[in-house]
Amino acid sequence: MALASDSNRPQAGGAHAGAAPAGAGFADWAQKIHPAAALVAIILLFMPALANSFWLFQIFSWSFILGMIGLSVMFLAGYGGMVSLMQMTVAGVAAYACAIFGVSASPAVNLGWPWWLAAPVALATGTAFGALAGALAVRTDGIYTIMITLAIAAAFFYFTNENYAIFNGHTGINAVAAPHFLGVDWHAAIPFYYLTLAIAAACYFAVLYLSKAPFGLALQGVRDNPRRMAALGFNVTAHRVAAYAFASFLASLGGVLLVWMNGEIAPSTAGVDAAIDILVIAVVGGVTRPIGPFVGALLYAILKAFAIDLLVAVGLNGARFRMLIGLGFLAIVLFSPDGFVGLWARFRAASGAAGKIPGGAGSRDG
Amino acid sequence: MIRFLERRPIWSIVILLAIAAFLWLIFAAWPAGLEQAIGKKKVFLSAVFNGITLGGLYFLVASGFTLIFGLLRNVNLAHGSLYLLGGYVGYNTIAWTGSWLVGLIVAFAASGLVGIALQVLVFRRMEGQELRQTMVTIGISIVMADLMLWIFGADFYQIMAPKWLAGPLTLPFVTAIKSSGEAVYLSYPIVRLAILAASIVVGLAIWLALNQTRIGMIIRAGVDDREILAATGIPIQHVFVIVFALGAGLAGIAGVVGGTFQSVAPGEDTRFLLASLIVVIVGGVGSIPGAALGAVLVGLAEQLGSVYIPTYAIVVTFLIMVLVLAVRPQGLLARR
Repeated sequence: MALASDSNRPQAGGAHAGAAPAGAGFADWAQKIHPAAALVAIILLFMPALANSFWLFQIFSWSFILGMIGLSVMFLAGYGGMVSLMQMTVAGVAAYACAIFGVSASPAVNLGWPWWLAAPVALATGTAFGALAGALAVRTDGIYTIMITLAIAAAFFYFTNENYAIFNGHTGINAVAAPHFLGVDWHAAIPFYYLTLAIAAACYFAVLYLSKAPFGLALQGVRDNPRRMAALGFNVTAHRVAAYAFASFLASLGGVLLVWMNGEIAPSTAGVDAAIDILVIAVVGGVTRPIGPFVGALLYAILKAFAIDLLVAVGLNGARFRMLIGLGFLAIVLFSPDGFVGLWARFRAASGAAGKIPGGAGSRDG
Repeated sequence: MIRFLERRPIWSIVILLAIAAFLWLIFAAWPAGLEQAIGKKKVFLSAVFNGITLGGLYFLVASGFTLIFGLLRNVNLAHGSLYLLGGYVGYNTIAWTGSWLVGLIVAFAASGLVGIALQVLVFRRMEGQELRQTMVTIGISIVMADLMLWIFGADFYQIMAPKWLAGPLTLPFVTAIKSSGEAVYLSYPIVRLAILAASIVVGLAIWLALNQTRIGMIIRAGVDDREILAATGIPIQHVFVIVFALGAGLAGIAGVVGGTFQSVAPGEDTRFLLASLIVVIVGGVGSIPGAALGAVLVGLAEQLGSVYIPTYAIVVTFLIMVLVLAVRPQGLLARR
């Protein structure tokens, strides 16, 4: 995996994601579904019957959104070997674009387009921004990527914070309208839950599919040995920029959903802390498998909602949420470099129930 | 220098013309048409001076960052936290002892010790895993920022400049010509000039230490090829500790200077981390002259930008970074 092993990564045999066997029929496919995965899917589908609207909206929908943005980090880091800190910024660009092109309470800075026009334009804007910034970031590689993407994230924050003409400065843009169509108010808890669930699932399966498609395999080859891939005739830079474009599309989806959920977008939403939180989510969840960021996001959302109670219960000031995040992140980076899903996989391997983990980049940690 | 002139004659002419135009703008009394077009010369000259002094401050922060990055291949994203720690420690020491210089020394020691602790306790254990080390510094910066918020609160602290640095100084730069034909000269706060002088002294000292001493030679060799250096039997871990302590200590000094120059407050850590990142990307990793050039460019861009195109100033800084990455991705003065 990318984080733990820059130097001790196996050099032999380019891409080693499990190549999907050709011509797998539906029955075959159904057999491969892990019972636990099926159970999770059923629980998620019937969640509105189990949980109240606070859990649906504030915990689950939010963690699906954060998970999508984290998934874009995971895609770049896990399959591309590029640790990007600007995916939250890409989401922020899409969210701002959605607010500026769409309808909001700041008439000076919005064009009032209907949502079906504003949302695709916002997605295109976010994706284009991410691809351009990615083209910049791939001018260098390795550890430089973190520096450049962090600089982009910080510069975007300071720009939006100071600029009133376009971004309405420190207050940002509020009362952004969520869509209302097919007779459904998509800002209500249950419709929004299904909306985010559907889009998050689509993103998850898209990444899963792409990881085994020729593009994903080539990308993993580029991650493992760019010189050999270049010698084989692959355009290394183009693959990396395309990876940024795809990841930025995922992050933009998250950004548009985020602005619909919160109804507002301010500089701090896409600030440096938020950018780092997304990295924390992806790394804590695990960047070896697409499910990782969603696990990380769920942990993050639950922690954010209940950290105050937890901290007060152990006799600390409730304001120490970020310290909890930082310490949790440190613990994961220090002790389980492949994140929470890695811990789970190791636990299963240790308890003798080691099966193939469904999907993902194969189990490198053996 | 000569080789650059020979290899890139057109670029050299463009750069020389730009420098000449800049110098003319600084030294000449501006004709009336120019003042009408872009405003008073005094505003421009103050912005230039503010930019250069801010560049001096950025250099203090970024020189340690670039040395640590160059030698240890570790992007220390907790560098901004070390800056902020130096600022807080310096403020409290100065409030307690009343001496600005003592504050400077204590801040250097405090940040340097934290740097040593980081190197010995954390980074040595994950030798050769640069990405993981960088992740750890992110975690440490989150925890440090929150700890400092806990201890020192969200207030702004302004460190008072020592008395012997108070007041303005008249500089031999003409800002305007009065109708009587008498020239008006720029007056500028002594404390800022002192900061600039101090950063030049620090820069020269680092440069001399790197180029004239044995330990400097070892550090330069380490920046070029760490593995071979280790193979020659140099106790490389000791060198790492020295460099980390020095880099962190410089960030601590910069914290005190920045607290005098501006203020110490939560969020400044991110600001100076961003400045260090851009300075190092522009100047080139591990290069002290590169850090100096990058710091002055970024400082000037920020100050001139905030005067002439307010609210878009950060974009100018950002564009410099983009331009450098596009033309010379390894940085302007990088050796590799």
